[in-house]
Amino acid sequence: MPKPTLATGIVGYGAYVPRFRITAAEISRIWNGGSLLPITEKSVPGIDEDTITMAIEAGRHALARAAVPATELGAVWIGSESHPYAVKPSGTIVAEALGCGLEISAADWEFACKAGTEALTASMGMVGSGMLAYAMAIGADTAQGRPGDALEYTAAAGAAALIVGPADQALATLDATLSVVTDTPDFFRRAEQTYPVHGNRFTGTPAYFAHITNAGRRLLAQLGAEPGDFRYVVFHQPNAKFPQTVGKQLGFGPEQIAPGLLAPRIGNTYSAAALLGLCATLDVAEPGDRIMVVSYGSGAGADAYALTVTDRLPAARERAPLTTAYLERRVEVDYATYAKWRGKLVQG
Amino acid sequence: MQLAKHWRLKGSRYRLEGARHPHTGAICFPRPADAAEWEAVPLSGQGVVESFAAAGKAADGFADDAVMALVRLAEGPIITAQLTDVALDEVKIDMPVEMVTRKLRDLGPEGLIVYGYKFRPLLVER
Repeated sequence: MPKPTLATGIVGYGAYVPRFRITAAEISRIWNGGSLLPITEKSVPGIDEDTITMAIEAGRHALARAAVPATELGAVWIGSESHPYAVKPSGTIVAEALGCGLEISAADWEFACKAGTEALTASMGMVGSGMLAYAMAIGADTAQGRPGDALEYTAAAGAAALIVGPADQALATLDATLSVVTDTPDFFRRAEQTYPVHGNRFTGTPAYFAHITNAGRRLLAQLGAEPGDFRYVVFHQPNAKFPQTVGKQLGFGPEQIAPGLLAPRIGNTYSAAALLGLCATLDVAEPGDRIMVVSYGSGAGADAYALTVTDRLPAARERAPLTTAYLERRVEVDYATYAKWRGKLVQG
Repeated sequence: MQLAKHWRLKGSRYRLEGARHPHTGAICFPRPADAAEWEAVPLSGQGVVESFAAAGKAADGFADDAVMALVRLAEGPIITAQLTDVALDEVKIDMPVEMVTRKLRDLGPEGLIVYGYKFRPLLVER
């Protein structure tokens, strides 16, 4: 199991979800999708929002909770599959907006829906080796689904930022991590293509379920832990059903999954999904609680983490808006508005 | 494309960076053109709506139905900014607002995406 030399932890966290929603029923109304829907509704970014703006807001909240000046950050790393520029790192703009200093690493990460946790693992390495005092890992996406495709019901928008720092300053210590990867082409997008393609049911058993159960079981075995040792668990959540099914396969109960299960209300926020679930879980967790997180990225791979909440969390979480503040502000839009905003109408 | 202009304005646009006079303590936003005597200071981003108006048909590159406002910042200066995450009929004089960073303009497939400050109603009551 990869283990840094120095113990690390999450010293700050922040969430962001746009305020607009489109219901799955509204999408189904347009495309005759029937009544068996994967979620209730999904978040929709406003016309002035993208991965960069959402990352900035989540990052500001993480800094407020950490009570660390932005100039102390040694890295701002953003995982996303919807970086606004093909060439020009999102991290450059986010770092400037957060007020970081000149001496900083900013880079964009890519691994489908687990790009954010790739940045988290790298942050653990940099802080755990002593090279950096603090590193910010962000997962953010404004996901696109082809009109009428199954993905369109769930492809949503959101961001989550975590600051990794020394364990003795942590709101939750990062006790262990491991990653698994195989070449499994369940979902991909070729260069210059607007929308990704997916393998329908192939995205399930050999992809999402195989990688998450593999990473989860290996982490539990190497820790010598049981699912019951964890108060909460968070999985990547492409829809409402998958995380609940994989939780059952690994031996976790619904009450362990509930606080971090946001997909029914906001959809699949891709690189943000597992990290937003962690933010929502940290919003309610108490000192001593252990939390397991397993992300998933198509292509395919999974990153698993074990965390333990410290007594610094309750005071710190009040320094920034809770995830529920974003879940509760909700303005519904119809399909026509959504299609216009998301560039789904061909003009000229 | 005016790359240099946008680059030069990033401090005020991204961080609401104003200026403070070291002797009088006066706060100025944006920084004065002759800023030699002034020190850069990021403003809090907290303010209230002093006045507002709707831009029904916006200029090229801006969204229609934008709500423009004069925002009185907590530090004193009044600035012109677009409101976001709010409908025109929800805006009130003296409404507390907070700064967020959003896309200001998209200069097209071969141009920059310009980011900067807008203001929205408070997400959480102060």
